[in-house]
Amino acid sequence: MDVRAQISMVFHLDKCIGCHTCSVACKNIWTDRKGAEYMWWNNVETKPGTGYPGKWEDQEIYKGGWEKKGANGRISLKGAGKLRGLLNIFHNPHLPVIDDYYEPFTYKYLDLIEAPAGDDQPTARPVSLITGKPIDIKMGPNWDDDLSGTPDYARNDPNLQDLSPAEQEAMFQLERMAFFYLPRICNHCLNPACVASCPSGAIYKRGEDGVVLINQEVCRAWRMCVTACPYKKSYYNWSTGKSEKCILCYPRLEAGYAPACMHSCVGRIRYLGVMLYDADKIQSAATDHDNDSNAIDLQMDILLDPFDPEVVQAAKENGMADSTVKAAQTSPTYKFVKEWGLAVPLHPEFRTLPMLFYVPPLLPVMASLSEAKNAEQEKKLDPIAKSWNDDWLYDTSTEELWGTVDQARFPLKYMANMFTAGDEEKIKDILKKLMAVRIHRRGVTVGDIPAERVQTTLEGVGLTPEMADDIYTLTALAKFDERFVIPAAHREQAMEMMDFVGDTKGSSGFGINQVAERGL
Amino acid sequence: MDLLNNFTLIGLPYAALVLFVVGTIYRYRATRFTYSSLSSQFLEGRQLFWGSMPFHWGLLVLFLGHLAAFLIPETVLAFNSHPVRLLIIEISAFMFALIVLVGIVTLFYRRVTNPRVQAVTTRIDLIVEILLILEVIIGISVALGFRWGSAWFPAVITPYLHSLMALQPDISAVATLPGVLKLHIVLAFLIILLFPFTRLVHFLVVPLHYIARPYQRVIWSWNRKQVRDPDTAWTITRPYQEVPNFLQKLVPSETVELLQQKLISRCCKHRK
Repeated sequence: MDVRAQISMVFHLDKCIGCHTCSVACKNIWTDRKGAEYMWWNNVETKPGTGYPGKWEDQEIYKGGWEKKGANGRISLKGAGKLRGLLNIFHNPHLPVIDDYYEPFTYKYLDLIEAPAGDDQPTARPVSLITGKPIDIKMGPNWDDDLSGTPDYARNDPNLQDLSPAEQEAMFQLERMAFFYLPRICNHCLNPACVASCPSGAIYKRGEDGVVLINQEVCRAWRMCVTACPYKKSYYNWSTGKSEKCILCYPRLEAGYAPACMHSCVGRIRYLGVMLYDADKIQSAATDHDNDSNAIDLQMDILLDPFDPEVVQAAKENGMADSTVKAAQTSPTYKFVKEWGLAVPLHPEFRTLPMLFYVPPLLPVMASLSEAKNAEQEKKLDPIAKSWNDDWLYDTSTEELWGTVDQARFPLKYMANMFTAGDEEKIKDILKKLMAVRIHRRGVTVGDIPAERVQTTLEGVGLTPEMADDIYTLTALAKFDERFVIPAAHREQAMEMMDFVGDTKGSSGFGINQVAERGL
Repeated sequence: MDLLNNFTLIGLPYAALVLFVVGTIYRYRATRFTYSSLSSQFLEGRQLFWGSMPFHWGLLVLFLGHLAAFLIPETVLAFNSHPVRLLIIEISAFMFALIVLVGIVTLFYRRVTNPRVQAVTTRIDLIVEILLILEVIIGISVALGFRWGSAWFPAVITPYLHSLMALQPDISAVATLPGVLKLHIVLAFLIILLFPFTRLVHFLVVPLHYIARPYQRVIWSWNRKQVRDPDTAWTITRPYQEVPNFLQKLVPSETVELLQQKLISRCCKHRK
């Protein structure tokens, strides 16, 4: 057992309101430089939708991640790797170009003031931030924001591929339409494809906290990481000729601050904590499954119980500080992921073992209740207030609940394709747990649900009332210190502590105290 | 004429070689960040394919051909002793030269016409590309005008290059060569001279070590097995720099420690 620590994030998607504050906070700190304008280390996507860059989840296009050939075969990089990477080094056939993201632009605001007097209103024309010439804006980082029903965006979502045409149609009927938001940053994977694809060896995973970084002094612009990352979270800076990616705000983490995206999160959807994992099992967890839900089970198996004395002992032998073990024991992410089994990784079938986890959204599923009986709805419409009555919108009786989850208007298959490699049962289990917590809390606060029914509901999903209360507390009430639990920086580990964080702003932002200028 | 010959065939080559060695090493140590191929594929990919692929692969073959004639002249001459083999080697080299020409002209055309690529084009990029185009055209005209280069290169140019390396420059043979040929040599040294001032340095950091390394890389900033062991010297554990395993086995532990200190002072030099 080789125990290591990973700083890991959980996103509670039911709480995400899609405000993009995280994206803006990240952009202002890290990517407001030349060549990085188009990069969004943190971005928020509307699902169903095509995302950024367009259709990034479709690996038939982008060739990211690992693939396994044959049932018992080894895994290899889909679009990169030693042989393929070196043969394609002069021209990488799978490299997305800037138009797959969007051409960065600004507006000629000065024209509004300095335009000579004339008959027409002065306008601020958009200009390209690459060429400086006027352009027609065709895409942006959140171009499909809230456009869940549109044929151009939502219907091109790669996650829809396993859904029957009828199911897809049902999903996009105007009155049935639902969507949710998906914030994405680098997953800081345990089996990162970007690290494996880098010919220079510039990308590495930090042993102490698992942050995946690109050494800017070693990167030589061979561009393989951009192809290899199935989440398209490694970006090529076209000006400096270096690849860049989310650094999990490690200079902030080492100084005891939360990452900017998390700190600015309006909906408080993010949780950050330490997880202990067994590095000896990484290889088998990435290999021993056939793109099915077994992927999740294997990944959960890597994550270790921080209270297990054997694990603690092995951690100490590996030189892990007591404070790190302590942080792992109080970690909110461990609770969501392992203890309660509520959070799952995004696209585990890419085999990179992503270490960011998502609590799938219950709300689009539950909101489907209304559609089943149209005639009854009409009767229940309050003619004066013109609003639906609450008591049928959220009918919390358990018989209704399980039935609703099964025939949700938001097909579970869709969410299963995103989070559990297509296994609907796993998603259903999580949604049932989330609903059971609500039923339990309704029993406590409103009291209109019989106690035995609450009890059978909780037992049905394997929760105790105490656990349900804990879930409720951490989901709804938790203060910042409960959502953000990382060990104190250990001076002997913190390479960057001597650097003032502000110094890196304007330079390359990677702890090298050199202005990132294009080389000769 | 002697003066010109001395300058272009002795002075320039030495200046170029010294600048090449000193310049690239200095640039690597001082501003490693600038070592990059500065790929522009992200801005324009389709034209690049028709330029970059023929240019690089063709140039690789031509470079290896010149290198072989320089390093193993006898073998090349022996190989050429049979006319069929001489024909094969000459014709294929000529084909590759044409391929390179097509590639570099495409690249140049792309660089001056595509507005996005223009945005990342510097003056030195254009100078390098023009020099390369000239060099390839001159090389092709040499191959056409002065046949069987693979036969006379090892006999005429290789001794000259060897004499340069031996610091006893002997230009008696090359000085009598036709002007086009001398121009080819001079341009080659000019390009070598420009290396440390251009993106050409990416040739020196070709990532062949990728083949040998394991796919995943985990770096610890301190030695995790020893950092909390009170018996371990402070210097070994912090900040941790890897001394290769085979060295640790070969040399005594004090030397390993000394090496590690060296690595530490190097890695921390840029910190105030």
